[in-house]
Amino acid sequence: MDDKHKIQCKTSKAISGMGHSMKRKEDARFVKGAGNYVDDVKLPGMLYMDIVRSPFAYAKIKKIHTEEALKIPGVVAIVTGKDLEQYNLHWMPTLMSDTQMVLPTDTVMYQAQEVAAVIATSRYAARDGREAVMVDYEPMKPVIDPFKALEPDAPVLRTDKEGQDSNHIWHWEAGDKEKTEKIFNEADVVVKEQMHIPRIHVASIETCGCVADYNKVENHLTMYMTTQAPHAIRTVIALVAGHVGLTEEKVRVISPDIGGGFGGKVPVYPGYVIAIAVSFLVGKPIKWIEDRSENLQADSFARDYHITAEMAATKEGKILGTRFKILADHGYTDAAANPSKYPTGLFSIGTGSYNYDTAFMEADAIYTNKPPGGVAYRCSFRVTEAVHAIERITDRLAQEIGKDPALLRLENFIKKEEFPWKSPTGWEYDSGDYEAGLLKAMEVINYDELRVEQAEKRAKGELMGIGISTFTEIVGAGPSKDFDILGIKMFDSAEIRVHPTGKAIARFGTKSQGQGHETTYAQIIAEELGIPAEHIQVEEGDTDTAPYGLGTYASRSTPTAGAAAAMAARKLRDKAKKIAAHLLEVSEDELEWEPGKFFVKGAPEKAKTIQEIVFAAYTNHPQGMEAGFEATHYYDPPNLTFPSGAYICVVDIDNETGEIKIRRFVAIDDCGHIINPMIVQGQVHGGLTQGMAPAMYEELIYDEEGNILNGTFMDYLVPTAVESPNWETGHTITPSPHHPIGAKGVGESPTVGAPPAIANAIVDALSHLGVTHIDIPITPHKVWKILREKGVA
Amino acid sequence: MIPAPFDYSAPGSLEEAISLLKEHGDDAKILAGGHSLIPMMKLRLAEPEHLIDINNIPGLSYVKEEDGKLKIGALTTETELEYSAAAEGRFPIFKDVSKLIADPQVRNLGTIGGNIAHGDAANDHPAVMMALNAEVEITGENGARMVGIDDFFFGFYMTAVQPNEILTGIQFPLPPKGTGNAYHKLERKVGDYATAGVAVQISVDSNNVCTNVGIGLTNVNPKPLRAKRSEDHLKGKVLSPDLIQEAAQMASEDCSPSPDLRGSEEYKRAMVGVLTKRMINKALERAKADY
Repeated sequence: MDDKHKIQCKTSKAISGMGHSMKRKEDARFVKGAGNYVDDVKLPGMLYMDIVRSPFAYAKIKKIHTEEALKIPGVVAIVTGKDLEQYNLHWMPTLMSDTQMVLPTDTVMYQAQEVAAVIATSRYAARDGREAVMVDYEPMKPVIDPFKALEPDAPVLRTDKEGQDSNHIWHWEAGDKEKTEKIFNEADVVVKEQMHIPRIHVASIETCGCVADYNKVENHLTMYMTTQAPHAIRTVIALVAGHVGLTEEKVRVISPDIGGGFGGKVPVYPGYVIAIAVSFLVGKPIKWIEDRSENLQADSFARDYHITAEMAATKEGKILGTRFKILADHGYTDAAANPSKYPTGLFSIGTGSYNYDTAFMEADAIYTNKPPGGVAYRCSFRVTEAVHAIERITDRLAQEIGKDPALLRLENFIKKEEFPWKSPTGWEYDSGDYEAGLLKAMEVINYDELRVEQAEKRAKGELMGIGISTFTEIVGAGPSKDFDILGIKMFDSAEIRVHPTGKAIARFGTKSQGQGHETTYAQIIAEELGIPAEHIQVEEGDTDTAPYGLGTYASRSTPTAGAAAAMAARKLRDKAKKIAAHLLEVSEDELEWEPGKFFVKGAPEKAKTIQEIVFAAYTNHPQGMEAGFEATHYYDPPNLTFPSGAYICVVDIDNETGEIKIRRFVAIDDCGHIINPMIVQGQVHGGLTQGMAPAMYEELIYDEEGNILNGTFMDYLVPTAVESPNWETGHTITPSPHHPIGAKGVGESPTVGAPPAIANAIVDALSHLGVTHIDIPITPHKVWKILREKGVA
Repeated sequence: MIPAPFDYSAPGSLEEAISLLKEHGDDAKILAGGHSLIPMMKLRLAEPEHLIDINNIPGLSYVKEEDGKLKIGALTTETELEYSAAAEGRFPIFKDVSKLIADPQVRNLGTIGGNIAHGDAANDHPAVMMALNAEVEITGENGARMVGIDDFFFGFYMTAVQPNEILTGIQFPLPPKGTGNAYHKLERKVGDYATAGVAVQISVDSNNVCTNVGIGLTNVNPKPLRAKRSEDHLKGKVLSPDLIQEAAQMASEDCSPSPDLRGSEEYKRAMVGVLTKRMINKALERAKADY
């Protein structure tokens, strides 16, 4: 292996800058059960809220009977849409500038939609009250299938929206339609598959919830809530509730420890707004914590793209072009959380890791009577969908022309010297070495021998498959010229304050939900300033103290706030140099830096440590210089970053039962410079498991009436350690040339890259039977049906 | 968990528990490990007004050999059974089944008695107990009575246990030399109910003749099912791959699975066939090692 792919540490272990596998600073409180989650917040006089939800997917509300519920001891109020209507709080905007009911006044649009809220003095009384509220519904025939939703006789669902005369939400295109058509008409080979990327759920272990604490005397709202983007949420609250006096300085959002977000804690859910409204009206803190089924059934789903994927190529296997057509089922409202200009998120990365110049993609978004979404579940923005389409159709081409899928990829990769590379849909890939990644993965897994073994097994009637995924991610949203959410630009921020004794506190606009920011941000600052990471306290999530930022999702924290940390630290290093020159009585030009100290060139004994310099900033700073040692940076990235990976999966299939066993899975990731190898490995392990989930287990399933068929963890199958194979991880290092520390972000790469590797392996195991595609999740039952059809089982 | 309101008692003796049952009748439920009842209460599918916790009653947790029988107390947990001497010895089927029941946390609390008394064909022990030809000990105000496992299950959640009785133990004859047993179920993921499950206990003589066999099926019938025709097909005959395949086919035909998210009826029938074949073979292998 090339030396440039080895992790190099510039700092000592005592400082623990970048590249050190420092243990996570936050884990002490988590492993001791001393974390502080929103359900741990208990305030005097606090009331509890539970929510009555619709059993129907589409129905008129005739009457809500609250009398019996109000008789239950402890139940103090029932809130309906009509109550909120009096304050004009019964509707709210989504992050995609669509609209969504907070509570309905007349119609419910999906099963599990909020219908009324029960407020009580205990959690138990609130739940008893929920059982006792009776609602008279008049059910209507729902629209569940997005294809049928577009038929001319389909009822128009969003009659509340002026000018909405069909269930079509928006149309989106990227690339060159005519040029792509020409390429496809003239190509030797065109392959095509229809695929569904199933509707799934982030299913974070902590559900959503809040404590809304409105103080009538101060006219001030403190909102403790499970949010990945506290600042943006505060701004949204101020925009929605400003008319009742809750202006932005009167709102404080605190996001305490979060037990998993994965994109599901970006949106504003009706429960949060109801809790705020009730607290505002009664002047008491209101706690709302979802139960598991509510979380799974009502909160924003992810994915649900129906994709027609096509690839054109020469008969030798040179890729010439791709064409993707998407039908996006958004449910009742477009409640995605994409940057404003990108309704399909960053799907247009779907041209992949391959060198060709022609592509066309289009998408149509549709309303149906299903819960709204879809959030970006650990996938940057719709990158999972895109990567599944390109990596599956690439394998389909290999199968069509009878070429080894590894060889096909190696022949078509964008070469490392071709970066920066302009993609057919307009992205500028910053850097990559795809060949190195795939060759390394092939070497680790012993690819050539596996192909020999597969041929032998096939001859004996045994089923074994090898699947590859060589994906390009696109993360770190994003440059302000193109990226905003509700108009707010997608920069992020860091503020570093170093105390006189050389210890620091650093605050950020992002919010960790398990990513380990308290450790990695400290390591970035340690790298730049030489202050030991253990002396740097990291804080996030309180809008009263942290600098403004757009939050943590889409693998953006390291590319944006991580960069801001480095830039703020560099401002401080510049200041430190001036102070060191003053202390050492030399000019700045005569000074040299090594982690932790400035010294005089040629006279290393004449040195000042960063701690001495910081102390001087408070006790002996140069006249004319501002005292203190603080810096803030708002980092506006010049480009996105483009992490990549090469994954290879080996499966064995039981030809009697259809059971699939992942025998090996090798994941070689390239996220540029690595801040903490242990944390990256942990991120990759979790992400691979969450990638295996939709590949083999998870899908939210609805019947024709819009009833969810698997609304609990009994049937919504979240895989565990038992189902997970031994993930074999590794890396190559291709730094981002535009990022201050050359890092790219990694949190989502494995979730994005794993599903097609697994699907490709299973299809490969069955390819000799004429199988070209199977929609995920690929279950034993699905495989068995194919085996039975083909006369094997 | 936010269940509906209920009263709770924790009697210290069987007599006391039975008199509480008599007092509260259908409104009362026995709480043992709680791993079937409490999830139902959490979802408010069960709203008993009175819970009678029997965990304080001494003498209901044991795995012992006595009078040529293996006897298991109702409060024996899955974990205790899994690590019992019986599981290490003649009954590897207990290891097979325990490992497939939920997860270690559940197995540390969930009881064998509860697993059977719940009367759910999706639970795993009913099929195992059929294969082992168990008798169930049921205690009421007039003392204990024994009910054969084939007469125990009446239907969905319905068993021979009357409202004022408690299931107190399970026992079955110690098998002769040359006996093996095995259980397996297909599950979508750990902790799931079986897509299909099959328990087999088989005895063979030195001529490879099947002298006795029990086959129980999990979650492929409204109530736990004995594969009677398969058993009869094997008994008294020299075991051969064809004979075993025929018996497996019969089990597949005789069950009545319902299609659900675990699979179609056709798939489940096919899986009963595959598993019956595999479990007979596995039990047979163990039987041959038992001489």
